[in-house]
Parts: sequence; structure tokens; C-alpha cells
Amino acid sequence: MQGAFREHAAALRKCGCDAVEIRKPADLEAIDALIIPGGESTTIGKLLNDYGLTEPILAKARDGLPVFGTCAGAILVAKELVDSDQPRLGLMDIKVRRNAYGRQVDSFEVEVEIPVLGKEPFPAVFIRAPRIEDARPGVEVLARYREGIILVRQGNLLAATFHPELTEDLRLHRYFLRMVAERQ
Amino acid sequence: MEEAKGTWKLKKGLAEMLKGGVIMDVTTPEQAKIAEQAGACAVMALERVPADIRAAGGVARMADPDVILKIMDAVSIPVMAKARIGHFVEAQILEALGVDYIDESEVLTPADESHHIDKHQFKVPFVCGARDLGEALRRIGEGAAMIRTKGEAGTGNIVEAVRHMRTVMDEVRRLQNMPPEELMAAAKNLGAPYELVKEVASLGRLPVVNFAAGGVATPADAALMMQLGADGVFVGSGIFKSSDPAARAKAIVAAVTHYNDPKILAEVSRGLGEAMRGLELSTITPEERLAVRGW
Repeated sequence: MQGAFREHAAALRKCGCDAVEIRKPADLEAIDALIIPGGESTTIGKLLNDYGLTEPILAKARDGLPVFGTCAGAILVAKELVDSDQPRLGLMDIKVRRNAYGRQVDSFEVEVEIPVLGKEPFPAVFIRAPRIEDARPGVEVLARYREGIILVRQGNLLAATFHPELTEDLRLHRYFLRMVAERQ
Repeated sequence: MEEAKGTWKLKKGLAEMLKGGVIMDVTTPEQAKIAEQAGACAVMALERVPADIRAAGGVARMADPDVILKIMDAVSIPVMAKARIGHFVEAQILEALGVDYIDESEVLTPADESHHIDKHQFKVPFVCGARDLGEALRRIGEGAAMIRTKGEAGTGNIVEAVRHMRTVMDEVRRLQNMPPEELMAAAKNLGAPYELVKEVASLGRLPVVNFAAGGVATPADAALMMQLGADGVFVGSGIFKSSDPAARAKAIVAAVTHYNDPKILAEVSRGLGEAMRGLELSTITPEERLAVRGW
């Protein structure tokens, strides 16, 4: 819809998986899982509402559809936001602060430890990134960096504050695809 | 673990996040809020929109830092600002203010007739205008992490943006179909770095995000540019020079998302009031053309 959809689609294709772009409710019918990419969360949230995507996505996610939100996507799946009441899906029991590390000149790349992906550190790209400040019971914290949480899972839902789609490392996409396979 | 800032991946990455979005020119915090509420993915902070710059004449410079800071305070989306071509000190000032992207722009009066800014020296990313592939690749070679067509800013006339987008796309397609041994001669003819020419030939597109700009006034203009291959759209004077900016801004955002859906385009084009007046290109003297600034 808006943001880094091309990069996510390319990463999925490298994993041997088909990808389609979702812009309207009808596009949701044939999918096995949904990725909400990095982009501008205010823009994407508004378009989700204006074109009637919010309700069908919520219904499908409650029904077990695997959903992965990265950066802006993590903001959109959060129930609670610090200092914002922008339109969103609000699926996961997490509290997120937008632009938590500052503006673009403060954006950074760093290698982080993500135990569920193995010993090898993961190259994480943080662009005007949010931070998960709190995860309620039932939410599994999969990775932390500095004072914040950066990767969480809650059943069929996954959220990362960084951009796995901007790196060559496909392990997080493969992890999500395993969630999809488990469901099926 | 060491954190790396201001890297090529981060600069290019922010532009990737803007894809499929609309970046709007704003001159006040109120306009910035209207743009954000309409769904803009970023705003360009200016003292005057291009149509007013064109009308005012004189030397057009970087905006007053006060204007830029107030706009940065007003919205949560990325804020861009313009520096004059070659004016690396304006760029240093904009970087110090903390803007998210700098547009080295032909809309302002050029400060250097021979050299653009060495954009590799900055942590903040740059977007630059281009009329053809050679110009785009020269700017990327200097460190631009995002490209836009120049179009003819402040005219509300899409014809130049179409020309520039078609030219770039046509040259990309030609490179894509060339055998490798012809790429060096192509680089020479384009006046573009060989490594970037090779990259374009293998990717089949520019190595960075490519937006349309300069003359977008209606949802149909925006969708036209998207169908021609733009990754997103800048709207300058087109929104706040129209009779109902909030409605027009929202309609252009919808048109960029649903650029391939004529039914939605028809729906959002209704009842927007008057578009900006617009200028026929033949009424502008060659000296008044902004697109010819830079090389």
C-alpha cells in the first residue's frame, strides 16, 4: 500500500513464496499471511480506514491469520501508543513510542542478538524507528536492544521495530513463514 | 556492538519507506498538519511554494530555520527542506537543524553553476531533480539517495514531468536490453558513472527511489505519473494554491495508492473545487524555466 512493500515481496520470493500487494478488501481473500511494511504509519493507518481494510484484517487476524508488522507495521499492530491516537489495527498487547530514537540523522544500523534465529547476530536497520516500551503478559519478547524491546510475538502476530526487508538476511522472514506453516 | 549512522542503507532506506506516498510542500505548521492528516508520507518545509517563488522573482534561498523548526514541531512525519544547488553551507545548516531529507533544488536560485553538493559528506540524505537518466546517475554518483523528475515547478502543468519520467524510463529500458560490451559507450554518452550504468542495466530501474515532481495539480496527474513508473509523487503548489487544499491533498494521496483503479480515481476526483490556475509552458521565457538549472 505505502512503504517498503517491494523489498518485503523480494525477500519473500527469495524464500520461495508468492507475494501480492494489498490495497483493497478483495485483495485479502487469497492470502495465507499478511506483512505490514515499514512506511509512514499515519499514511498507512489512514488508508486502511478509508478503504475499508481495518475490519476485515482484524477479523482475519482474530481468526488466526499470521500478521508481521515491521517498523510502521509494528506501530499499526500496537494496542497502545505513547502520545498518539492515530488510526491503527491495535492487535497486539504492546505499548509503542514512535520516532523513539530521534530523527533521520539519528537512524542507525547495528547487529543485534535474536536467540530464536540462532547464534549469528542479525543486521538490524533502524530508520526513524519506534520502540516497544512495554509488552503485556502473553507477549513473547524475542529481542531487545539498548533500553527497548525490538521484536515480539503474540501467537499468530509478530512485530519488529527494525527493517529485515532492507538486508540480505532472510532468517526473520523464514521464521515468519514457519509461523504460517505451523498454522496450516 | 557499534552503531553506524548516516550510511547509504539508511539514506536510501528512508526513501524506500516513502514509496507509494505523497510529499507535500507546506509553508506553515497549519498547512503541515493538514498535509499529515490528509495522509502525506512527508512534507517539504518552505517559505514560499514554487508558484509564489516564480511570481516574486529575485533570489530564492533556503527557508528561514524558524519556519522549518516550527513545521518539524508540528508533525510526526518526516520533514524535508530545500537547499540551493551547490550551496553546501545551506545543506550543513539544514543538517544541523535535524531535517530528515534535503532537496538540492532547482526551484531555488542556484549558488554554483558548475558543481552540485558533494552529498557523500553528509549524514542526512538528499533528493535531487533530474530530466534524464544521465542527470539522475550523476546526482546518485554525488550521493543523492532519492531522485525526482524536475518537471516545471510552480506551473501546475504536468507536461514536463511526463517528458522527464518518460525519458528516464526509456533510457533505463534501453540499457536493460544492451549487451554488456555496449554499456561503457552508453555510460560515456549519458555522462554517467559506469558502475551505476551497469547497476541500472541489471536492475531494470534506478538504484534509488524515483518520484515524480513539478506540475502535479490533480489526482489524475498524480496517477498518470504513477502509471508511467514513478515510485511516489511530490506536490508543490498544486495543493495549497487550490480552492480546497485539505480535500485535494486527501484525493491526491488516494490517487497515488489506487493509481491503477479508474473507478476510485473517478470517485476521488469529484467535487474538489478549482485546481491551481496553471501556466502554459510556451508563455514562460527560457530564462524563467527552472528545470534547466543544474546539469
